[in-house]
Amino acid sequence: MAWFKREDQKLPVGEQVNRVPEGLWIKCTGCREIIYRKDVLQNASVCPKCAFHFRITARERLELLFDGPYEEFDRELASADPLKFRDTKAYASRLKDGQEKTGGKDALVSASGKLDNRDVLICAMEYGFIGGSMGVVVGEKITRATERAMSTRAPLIVVSCSGGARMMEGALSLMQMAKISSALARLDDAKIPFISVLTDPTTGGVTASFAMLGDLNIAEPGALIGFAGPRVIEQTIRQKLPEGFQRSEFLLTHGMIDAVVDRREMKASIARSLRLFLN
Amino acid sequence: MPELDFEAPFAEGLKRLTELRAYRGDPGKEREAAILKAQLDKDRREVYANLTSWQRTLVARHGNRPYTLDYIGALLTDFMEVKGDRRFADDPAIICGFGMFSGRPVCVIGHQKGRDTKAKIHRNFGMPKPEGYRKAMRVMRMAEKFGRPIITFVDTPGAYPGLDAEERGQAEAIAFNLREMAKLTVPVIVTVVGEGGSGGALAIAVGNRVNMLENSVYSVITPEGCASILWRDAAKAPEAAKAMKVAAPDMKALGLIDDIIEEPPGGAHSDHDATFDSVRKVLARQLGELSGKSVKELLDERYDKFRAMGRLGQDLVVS
Repeated sequence: MAWFKREDQKLPVGEQVNRVPEGLWIKCTGCREIIYRKDVLQNASVCPKCAFHFRITARERLELLFDGPYEEFDRELASADPLKFRDTKAYASRLKDGQEKTGGKDALVSASGKLDNRDVLICAMEYGFIGGSMGVVVGEKITRATERAMSTRAPLIVVSCSGGARMMEGALSLMQMAKISSALARLDDAKIPFISVLTDPTTGGVTASFAMLGDLNIAEPGALIGFAGPRVIEQTIRQKLPEGFQRSEFLLTHGMIDAVVDRREMKASIARSLRLFLN
Repeated sequence: MPELDFEAPFAEGLKRLTELRAYRGDPGKEREAAILKAQLDKDRREVYANLTSWQRTLVARHGNRPYTLDYIGALLTDFMEVKGDRRFADDPAIICGFGMFSGRPVCVIGHQKGRDTKAKIHRNFGMPKPEGYRKAMRVMRMAEKFGRPIITFVDTPGAYPGLDAEERGQAEAIAFNLREMAKLTVPVIVTVVGEGGSGGALAIAVGNRVNMLENSVYSVITPEGCASILWRDAAKAPEAAKAMKVAAPDMKALGLIDDIIEEPPGGAHSDHDATFDSVRKVLARQLGELSGKSVKELLDERYDKFRAMGRLGQDLVVS
């Protein structure tokens, strides 16, 4: 019998790896350097050595963008599991897990507050809740935020972090794309700014609706952004994808986003754009 | 073409019917044919009424189902196709044009699949690239300019998931259409005639009326795609189709579509003319309903329709 037993703790790929790991000292996912965890957290969860952007929660995001306290909306909206969906696991229990894990009812936090002393509405997606997927609740919350932006004339900022539409709500999820986009059409006509911030990852129905519809589309460095996921594309074309394909910098050179902005500069960048649009 | 196993019991009867019909003018044979057809219709209607979601998916994908160009050929006269997005290319997976429908000029947009191998490849299996969606929006704006109602036919497995499509902004092309279709000042009537495959379908499907043919399907992801992600096994597609509620009656019950267009007893692929007739009737009625509406009514009603998708108390709750 061995003296030491290693507990195999397999991390789900693409989930925990990109978040700041637990521990006093951590190994950066980007540069593999050992860094003091507190240094990362005090640096907007960006590696001080290589600028790797760790994934952050919706609430951390709001704290980075708002000047101070903010008012949260529609916090109590939850999915009614309209299809009574079940795969290898019941959707109802996935919802429950997500709620316990994130403390929120679904994959988005909607709030209003000041950014650079200006009233704004910010929606931030929560990847920890079923991969940030968009179902009825996410659709409804963004639509309500858009309508709120219409009535208060406050700029709307949506920070995306999502695998796309939520399969467990079927076509209801799909229709949220049209619902949000229709609301954004009215916001567009009303000449109120909409800024889309794309973070790692932003794919599927989220990219193919509101995330690409910003007056400005701004991405964090190195974020995976696309319509189809890389694996699906590889299966379709039966060849390896080039390095950097579907990353922020790739989208920038292909004309799909306006800028790649470091998280530590994001607030200042949004503030400047709003000044240039509205003052 | 893969045989649909639930159709197998009718193969003999249908063969006999064809034989009987060869004896035109023989009253005995004609009577026998009429009786046989009535029986076949009854039996097939029963079978078709009880298809599973997966079986409906297979019917929706049937290679003999009418495609957009078939509807155009049957329902329109004087059709003029317009091509190209004026930016990159023409996409043969989406057909756009203008023509006369029951004496009234209309704009038609639709996904197009191919029947033989060569045509399938040419049409990219009905999977548009960004230029297809951009062409569709260009033509929809032209329809708006000339005050023509827009009729769309939806039939795609999904937008093309390829390297070039990503490079040219597949997501942006779809997103842009969703937003701009909400602003169109002319009536938009959408009919899902085969596969309503996710965002690739929705990008031409934001309408004042959304119809589905009885055996068409509409879904957020293909059953195979859903199965390979959630069940980690694409062979579980039948379970995924059921769980996602992809069939027309499910979509109607969820409040996501307006009308279900009845298909002939053996499905649209068994009788094109009967299918064209029922589609024609519904489109004519809906065009009539919408033609008297003001621009504001058209815009508000379209907005309210999609705004209501995801109803408080049924699809979401306040907890």
